[in-house]
Amino acid sequence: MNVAVAAYDAKQDAIAPASEAGPAPKRIVVAFGFWVFLLSDIVMFSALFAAYAVLARATAGGPTGAELFNQVNVAIQTAFLLISSYTCGMMSLAVSARQRLNTYMFALVTFLLGAGFLYLEVHEFASMIARGATPQRSAFLSAFFTVVGCHGLHVTAGLIWLAVMMAQVAFKGFRPSVDRRLLCFALFWHALDIIWVWLFTAVYLMGIRA
Amino acid sequence: MTDTPYDRAPGEISTTAEAQRLTLSDFGIYTVGFVLAVILTAVSFWVANTSLLWAPGVAMGLVVLAIAQMGVHLVFFLHITTGSDNTNNVLALAFGMLIVFLVVVGSLWIMTNLNDNLMPSQDLMNLHMQH
Repeated sequence: MNVAVAAYDAKQDAIAPASEAGPAPKRIVVAFGFWVFLLSDIVMFSALFAAYAVLARATAGGPTGAELFNQVNVAIQTAFLLISSYTCGMMSLAVSARQRLNTYMFALVTFLLGAGFLYLEVHEFASMIARGATPQRSAFLSAFFTVVGCHGLHVTAGLIWLAVMMAQVAFKGFRPSVDRRLLCFALFWHALDIIWVWLFTAVYLMGIRA
Repeated sequence: MTDTPYDRAPGEISTTAEAQRLTLSDFGIYTVGFVLAVILTAVSFWVANTSLLWAPGVAMGLVVLAIAQMGVHLVFFLHITTGSDNTNNVLALAFGMLIVFLVVVGSLWIMTNLNDNLMPSQDLMNLHMQH
């Protein structure tokens, strides 16, 4: 690794094509690998979305989306996740600028917004189940709980990851390994917001009209 | 470090000369993206609730708005560009989107066809679903 970095630095004057420049720095390799993982995760979600779209009308005489979905709740969830994506970006900028206090502050805001999003989702699930709209009720509800719940699980994992990263910043500081993980976390969090865009569009907004 | 021969890591803001011609600061990039995303989200919720638009076209309009917002997130939050230092990231993304498109559109296409060809009639279908 160090040899490669030295060789890479030596070639800075005459810019070699990537094929001749030796292995790419670890930061680029790690982030690209994580990018490929995220894309495969999105492919998994596309299968869940396809299942939902096919089964959305198979309500088996049970409650439909138009009866169950609360648009105000969805709008607040959307706002929470979108703002948390923005504060996550602010956190990335604070990390690049090595501003410890701003990093903690924006991470805290991101965490609280993510937790608020999860609270609303759990609340929604609980009230649906209380009304008899359980995953067992119809194919529509099975697909709904699977695709929305899978996104919720990802958000939960993201919150745990964020807490762990803040502990690492506190105890390890901004060393390269922590930096790489923070970059991957930011990618993960922004990707979750992209999936939520499709959730509120394809599941909720189309559901209330159907 | 401005003209690295490597592709940029996904999620990193480009530092190449061509990218720095843009007058936006890093903070500005996120803020513009956020404002655009808020506008697109608000339009989506409006489109879903208004009665001004032709009802059968609303679903397609929502899909278009979602695709636009996905583009905003990719460009302003994930910093995916068409720059020469971003080719690998864009190619991986393009392949991912191809698979997503095939899975979603292929499933819907086949299942709609099956419903049309195999179900005796909509009334019988409804009876079957209810009992």
